Amino acid sequence: MLTMDTLCKTYPNGTKALEQISLNVDAGEIVALVGGSGCGKTTLLRMISGLEAPSRGSVAIDGETIHAPHPAIGLVFQEARLLPWLTVAENISFGLDNLSKAEQDARVDEALLRVGLAGYGKRWPRELSGGQAQRVSIVRALVTQPKALLLDEPFSALDALTREKLQDHLLALWETHRPTLVLVTHDVEEAVALADRASVLQPKPGRIFADSPIELPRPRDRLSPEFAEAKRLVLKALDGSINQPNPQQTGKVYSPSAGGSF
Amino acid sequence: MSEATLDTSNQTNAQPQAARFAVFGTSFLIGLVLPVTAALLYEGAFRLGLVQARLLPPPSRIFTTLWKLAQSGELTTHVLATTWRVGMGFGLGAFVGMLLGALTGASHNARRLLDPTLQALRAIPSLAWVPLFILWLGIFESSKIALIAVGVFFPVYLGVMAAIANVDRKIVEVGRAFRLSRLALVRRVLLPAILPDFIIAIRSGLGLGFMFVVAAEIMGASEGLGYLLVDGQQLGKPDQILAAIIAFAVLGKIGDWLIVVLTKPFLTWQDTHQRSA
Repeated sequence: MLTMDTLCKTYPNGTKALEQISLNVDAGEIVALVGGSGCGKTTLLRMISGLEAPSRGSVAIDGETIHAPHPAIGLVFQEARLLPWLTVAENISFGLDNLSKAEQDARVDEALLRVGLAGYGKRWPRELSGGQAQRVSIVRALVTQPKALLLDEPFSALDALTREKLQDHLLALWETHRPTLVLVTHDVEEAVALADRASVLQPKPGRIFADSPIELPRPRDRLSPEFAEAKRLVLKALDGSINQPNPQQTGKVYSPSAGGSF
Repeated sequence: MSEATLDTSNQTNAQPQAARFAVFGTSFLIGLVLPVTAALLYEGAFRLGLVQARLLPPPSRIFTTLWKLAQSGELTTHVLATTWRVGMGFGLGAFVGMLLGALTGASHNARRLLDPTLQALRAIPSLAWVPLFILWLGIFESSKIALIAVGVFFPVYLGVMAAIANVDRKIVEVGRAFRLSRLALVRRVLLPAILPDFIIAIRSGLGLGFMFVVAAEIMGASEGLGYLLVDGQQLGKPDQILAAIIAFAVLGKIGDWLIVVLTKPFLTWQDTHQRSA
């Protein structure tokens, strides 16, 4: 279980990025952190990953406090961030150098097969499309079999069709080992398509505005009325989080599309 | 970065090999067209008596001189002397440049301490050091090597410093997310990341090494290609000067080519506009 206990983050220049975030994520649960830009959702993810330290409060996985990147936690960035001087296969096995070569190869081959990139192992990252690169990046984080996988808007740079396909890929990958997934997104549809629970963050400083389950059976039909209703509820919470009167903000205008993507 | 990647599924792995051979193929021949034509035209003009070739001897005479120098073994002596000086000076300058460049590139404090002084020293025309080096180190090899080393040092220092300072923070973060130790981070992320810029830095360093070996040898030497230049000037032998210049060109090109060829296997991953040597 992933535990966030009254997390606060204040930057050296005095900007309050996050205030009093407490959130528990059960093992195997998929949680979407939804919010408009600047609500601190990426900062929150970076603190869970151990790349950034909180100013106050703590994050723990299965009771173990996280001070630095932890072997039980994998991280997928917004961009694929593949190392250009390594082949696709070498990129995937980047975090596996404690395993034997044979074991590495076996895991890499299996991973490539699972994301539909069998035979791509010897290619260079520059030879991949954006969607292919992001798939490699996801399996790079998953082959170490972490208990929790954090994803920072992993599909936001892709076109809508590729995005849907990758979301399905992600769910298929999740099915096998059922790691905990924490997904940062500004895309309400993505949150509803993937998550068991959507936590809507409110900006300036970042706080949890609403935290509600998405109780739809899988596989989810994006065209069903239930899906639309769930989307509407998350969107409503998102609108509320943005339009909430707040003495700290000074006449900032938010476009209604800042949160959702339709 | 990733969204701009085009579909390259038709690109096979055989392509880099093909590119390597192309260096010696048609593009190499095309590069020869201009100099060879010019040489033949001038040779023809000389044979027809159209030009007075006392100060600019025709290619045939230059190559005869070169051939004679080679046969007498003189050319080997001079080439070896020059190569040795460039090698020593380049080795020294590149090593120190690499070391200090790595230090200032990696540490903000080291940069604040060292870089202003080094930049001030860089502003001094390197040849201005010659009298001092001769006073300190004598007129023989040491002062020449020191001068070459100074010439090589600055491009290598600047190149390595910039390369390290410009390593993509996002890529370094991948290393951190995978919990690499400091040493592993350097070996698996930083070194490969700076390699392309580092190679450019040592290539320009070597180029400057050849520039400064000429200066050093012109100022006083009893052997070396630079000595051939001075000797040719004093004895009025333009063919010998041109022969030495050609030897310099060939030597410099071979040096550069060696760096390119030796490092090419490590750079096949690069996504360049046009992959050529």
